[in-house]
Amino acid sequence: MALVDARGLSCPQPVLLALGEMKKLGTGSLEILVDTDTSVENVTRAAESQGWNVKDVRPEGVGYRMIVEKA
Amino acid sequence: MRFPTDENVIVGLERADDAGVYRVSEELALIQTVDFFTPVVDDPYAFGQIAAANALSDVYAMGGVPKTAMNLVAFPVREMDLAVLRAILQGGIDKLREAEVVLIGGHSVEDKELKYGLSVTGFVHPRRVLTKKNLRPGDRLVLTKPLGTGIVNTAIKAGLAAPGLVERVTRTMAELNRRAAEQLGRFRVHACTDVTGFGLLGHLAEMVAGSGASVRLAARAVPVFPEALDFARMGLIPAGAHRNREFREAMVEFGEGVPRDMQDVLFDPQTSGGLLISLPAEEVEPLCGRIRDQGGTAQEIGEVTADPGERIRVA
Repeated sequence: MALVDARGLSCPQPVLLALGEMKKLGTGSLEILVDTDTSVENVTRAAESQGWNVKDVRPEGVGYRMIVEKA
Repeated sequence: MRFPTDENVIVGLERADDAGVYRVSEELALIQTVDFFTPVVDDPYAFGQIAAANALSDVYAMGGVPKTAMNLVAFPVREMDLAVLRAILQGGIDKLREAEVVLIGGHSVEDKELKYGLSVTGFVHPRRVLTKKNLRPGDRLVLTKPLGTGIVNTAIKAGLAAPGLVERVTRTMAELNRRAAEQLGRFRVHACTDVTGFGLLGHLAEMVAGSGASVRLAARAVPVFPEALDFARMGLIPAGAHRNREFREAMVEFGEGVPRDMQDVLFDPQTSGGLLISLPAEEVEPLCGRIRDQGGTAQEIGEVTADPGERIRVA
């Protein structure tokens, strides 16, 4: 699965990286690593705005692993 | 913590209002405030203007007239060109001149990170002080600047804001709240604050808490930068907006018709935002008309209700 590691980056960088990768993939699954609640909220909005669904958000280390999908 | 105080303190630290107020005589009270921050825009001259407009705003929000100011500067003198500092200070001075406020001092320190702001002193009649704490059922709420500057600033950082938008938002942040403030004395204003870091709903929550009343807000009536809604949908939202929501969401009920992007804008932290004014319903149109005649923005956005639950209902 494609992966964006946005840990250690502050707003709006995680959103920009995630949007860039979603655009490149077009459809499919994407894993995104973030380390703040703000990034989870913002990446969720970014994904939904492009028609991707947030399938899973789970705590990992000090942050979160998000999985987004688009059929 | 207990703070030193005396019988002439009209508004002190315990009240956590926009500024402190101290009675000098039966006719005169001093309003004192200080605010400084790191740059919110790239243009140093505009940053100076915005910082000054922001510092002056606390005096306007208390119903006062700003008179004197002092600069506060933290500057990385070894790494940054002094021309940057000169431009910032010029922006501040020009804004003070527009507000007819004199600069009578200041202090600077060397710092790794640039910061600028001002301490401002103003005058008010001791019986005409406006605070956050006097909402009355039946009052209407008026807002005097559009929301969304925090979100747009995030979009600017992302390189996604068009130059025209940057210019509009910068002009709004640099705009003095003077035009609105000068009209307040003509009306029976019950409460007033300015909208800054806690966002509209955060500052409204401060007014509602302890008031024994509730508020109904009409989301569609709230003036916003339309682009801020688009950027919110894309997730270009500052961390402060999420923190503001977390802090106050227990007080707030959103109707089904209020989309998430609008909710985000209502919690968006503002830099040098507008005044939020509570006054009797029949005085809304005359006040808004006068502010608009002066070229300002003024919009009725909601009302105070008798529900003692201290809720904010957004529809």
